[in-house]
Amino acid sequence: MAVRVLVAKPGLDGHDRGAKVVARALRDAGFEVVYTGLRQTPEQIAEAALQEDVQVVAMSILSGAHPHLFPKVVELVREKGLKDALIIGGGVIPDGDIPALKEAGIAEVFTPGTPTGDIIKFINENVKK
Amino acid sequence: MVSKVVQYMEDIAQELLNGNRLALSRTITAIENEYENATEIMKKLYPHTGHAYVLGITGPPGAGKSTLTDKIAKTFRSQGKTVGIVAIDPSSPFTGGAILGDRIRMNSLTLDEGVFIRSMGTRGSLGGLSHKTADAVKAIDAFGIDVIIVETVGVGQSEVDIVKAADTTAVVLIPGMGDDIQAIKAGILEIGDIFVINKADHDGADKLATELNMMLDLDGVMKDWRPPIMKCVGNQNIGVKELVAKFEEHRNHIEVNGELAKRRTERVKNELLDLLSSRIESYIRGKIVDNGKIETMVESIKSRTTDPYSVAADIMQNMLK
Repeated sequence: MAVRVLVAKPGLDGHDRGAKVVARALRDAGFEVVYTGLRQTPEQIAEAALQEDVQVVAMSILSGAHPHLFPKVVELVREKGLKDALIIGGGVIPDGDIPALKEAGIAEVFTPGTPTGDIIKFINENVKK
Repeated sequence: MVSKVVQYMEDIAQELLNGNRLALSRTITAIENEYENATEIMKKLYPHTGHAYVLGITGPPGAGKSTLTDKIAKTFRSQGKTVGIVAIDPSSPFTGGAILGDRIRMNSLTLDEGVFIRSMGTRGSLGGLSHKTADAVKAIDAFGIDVIIVETVGVGQSEVDIVKAADTTAVVLIPGMGDDIQAIKAGILEIGDIFVINKADHDGADKLATELNMMLDLDGVMKDWRPPIMKCVGNQNIGVKELVAKFEEHRNHIEVNGELAKRRTERVKNELLDLLSSRIESYIRGKIVDNGKIETMVESIKSRTTDPYSVAADIMQNMLK
């Protein structure tokens, strides 16, 4: 059975090329990818994760709002009862911000230049099936 | 793989009936993945099904089905009805992966507590739905939702499973997709209870309406419901209120003339037969495929000692004893 992944773009930046490249790569790796489109609030992402019962929430952000939005999504997704969902992030994220994001429950952060194969490998190794 | 059960909840069916959204979501997962406890859950839910009005939206890719579904859902919501949406997108036949993108058009419904949206991949099913769509609809029905909209994958000409699942089927078309010979072909143009010409602000909408009308004129038998042709511009919410009024008119019509009861009887029969076929198939797999017995049979057929027809008859006879 296919692993379900929510690919979401929190916040206000309008660039989803990265998210689309990742969504496509995940599809080709056999995942069922639910793509939400642009400009999602953390509340929308968490509720979509609940309705779709995904095992992975993958967020992409380029606006710099990740220190606020990523932890908020983690909090809301857990609140909804998706206790095991693997939550990962990517985008333009300074190295210095990564430890705090991991502390907040983001399992891994993928910065520009990451081969899509690394993301697939990480999901396969860490998702709760 | 199928040994998994849904976690976290003692009695997931009861939780669902109590209105727990996560329980509904997990139930659909159990159904889709054929978890061990899926049948038990469905047994408990079944007595609570049969109340929702099931609306099918079908049509070619890019016709605007998701956008229309979004607007239709909002119209039902403005009448105080709760809405469930099952949106199906194709799974890759090569990797099994899928991009389920119907939610993109429905984002403003996400936080409405009177709406529940679930995306499904076809997972090998070819009729425009997934094999598990009907059970997912039942779970949402048992949850107490008033209207369930099933949006098919973008269809070509022959993916007509939706009629088996829906009370009312709307076929969404757009101008400029072919000449009038397309309109007399068999398939999806036969299943519309209502035709929607979406993107009706584009050139050719009137021509398409004429062609559809001519096709309907050729229906030999006088029917008591002639499928209406509704013009819409989904992304501007034009014509949607009128369309929803037509859905309700159709629903009332088939309720009064007995067609709804007939369709639902047919559905129960189909579902029972489908369930039996799949059970028999897995039974046979267990008896002769998984243990390798089939290889001996294949060899004797190949050497022409016997033939596939006799072998199949033997297996059937042994099985039904």
